[in-house]
Amino acid sequence: MVNGKKLVVSASPHLRSKHTTPKIMLDVIIALIPALIASIILFGPRVIAVTATTVITAVLAEYISRKVMKRHNTIGDLSAVVTGLILAFNLPVSIPLWIAAIGSVVAIVVVKQFFGGIGQNFANPAITARIVLLLSFATQMGNWTAPLSWRTDAVTTATPLALIGSENAQLPSLLDMFIGNRAGCLGETCTLALLIGGIYLIARKVISFKIPVAYIGTFAVVMLIAGKGDLEYVAYQLMGGGLMLGAFFMATDYATSPLNTDGKYIFGIGCGLLTAVIRLFGSLPEGVSFAILIMNLLVPHIERITTPKPFGTPKKEKKAKEAAAK
Amino acid sequence: MAEKKSLGKEFTKGLIAENPVLRLVLGTCPTLATSTSVVNAIGMGIAATIVLVCSNIVISLLRKVIPSKVRIPAYIVIIASFVTIVQMIVKAFVPALDAALGVFLPLIVVNCIILGRAEAFAGKNSVIASAVDGLGMGVGFTFALCCMASVREIIGAGTFLSGAQNLLVLFGDNVLNGFNGFTLIPQDGYISPMLIFILAPGGFFTFGILMACANKIAEKKGKPRAELGGCQACPMAKNCALLAEGKECSDKKEDETA
Repeated sequence: MVNGKKLVVSASPHLRSKHTTPKIMLDVIIALIPALIASIILFGPRVIAVTATTVITAVLAEYISRKVMKRHNTIGDLSAVVTGLILAFNLPVSIPLWIAAIGSVVAIVVVKQFFGGIGQNFANPAITARIVLLLSFATQMGNWTAPLSWRTDAVTTATPLALIGSENAQLPSLLDMFIGNRAGCLGETCTLALLIGGIYLIARKVISFKIPVAYIGTFAVVMLIAGKGDLEYVAYQLMGGGLMLGAFFMATDYATSPLNTDGKYIFGIGCGLLTAVIRLFGSLPEGVSFAILIMNLLVPHIERITTPKPFGTPKKEKKAKEAAAK
Repeated sequence: MAEKKSLGKEFTKGLIAENPVLRLVLGTCPTLATSTSVVNAIGMGIAATIVLVCSNIVISLLRKVIPSKVRIPAYIVIIASFVTIVQMIVKAFVPALDAALGVFLPLIVVNCIILGRAEAFAGKNSVIASAVDGLGMGVGFTFALCCMASVREIIGAGTFLSGAQNLLVLFGDNVLNGFNGFTLIPQDGYISPMLIFILAPGGFFTFGILMACANKIAEKKGKPRAELGGCQACPMAKNCALLAEGKECSDKKEDETA
């Protein structure tokens, strides 16, 4: 009863969600903060420098490219900040800052703005930027620093995923893996913090549980079969790479994941299968980013086969029968 | 053709307005494959230009003799002969270029630009106009290749004109004091070249960005943009026989038909 009138005629939509882009993005930023704090503790103050570089470059790139393309400005929706943060989480801590900046420019300008800005990009900007950097600067992107070594001298080491295949490797304990005391990209190591962030996003209904659950579940099942039932192996695989970061924060990107429930499950299962296949049979130890990128490209096709039937329309078989009867 | 264009216009249209690579989107495969270094691009461009001019001249000379039903095989035979000649010359005098271009040199036979110009222009126009058209298109192709190759080589390998001796060997040994290109980004410094640009994905990125620039320039001049938008959007629309009869060809935008 607006203004005491009995009938109000207005244009749809009549029910508006409180979810706006800046609010959703702010929630994602809040969810990323535990992992960021964990990362600063593990890898030292350089984490702040890398993160600041990617975030500031991403926002600047967004501002300048929107200006140059004469479109309205969208830095206020915070999506560039999120892209910058997630990209930083995907880089090793020792990365030269200019490479981090190039990554942000690729993510924002090439992947996002060239296709029309937020909501129009077909691939996740941070993932694509990570892959571009990985293919361009393989040495710098594979230079892993041991955790907690920043107080003394930074020690380079290998990631658990690279070690797991080799004999007599000194793997960190499972507890160390869970709290992030292992080598890796700066934001991917602390499973605990990422889980807190992921659960926060699910509880706030920013993301649905479907993609992460389907992704991690499929991956775990494949790895259980590949590891011949060895649960410890599965645990190392689950926490050893960027799987948690990818499943909760990158595969669930709105613009690049399917809309429907069925589609979300297909997407998650596809990501899980591809990640497992790349890790088991590929030449690279890690496959999360490639898996998500490939599934991003398949999203339009997934959407096509999972479009729900509008209420009241005849079933397909019925239609075919009618056509045959005629 | 209904209206006679000046020869100058036939030449310059190939540079930007109807640039075969950036506007007509022809010959994409050799463009992406051979634009990893400027020297390769120049070599490929020159080879394709020679074939294009020669085949345009011969096809134009024979345009009244070739029956229209078998014109494509006839064009292919003519083009293939010139490609074979060019390939033999390159093998004999610039073997390093032949090694660098590899299979893409003989593949000029099926280069869409050459067959496209034979079909769209040389088969209908006089000899001199066809030769000038071929030259313009060839220069346009070389220009587009060089643009792409410059971007890719400088960013991807940190060099410019690297391996210049491969081409300069034509003029004798050690021309220009053995000049072999500049090194802009040293391999072992703090800043290293961005390898992806000389890999295939970088080729596509560069190609897309250059096409966008060419579209922008053409748009400013009031020409239609190159995009998948049915026949009206095609830069060659005015030369198209189908469109003159009021028909549309089959490669329409997908969402228009769906």
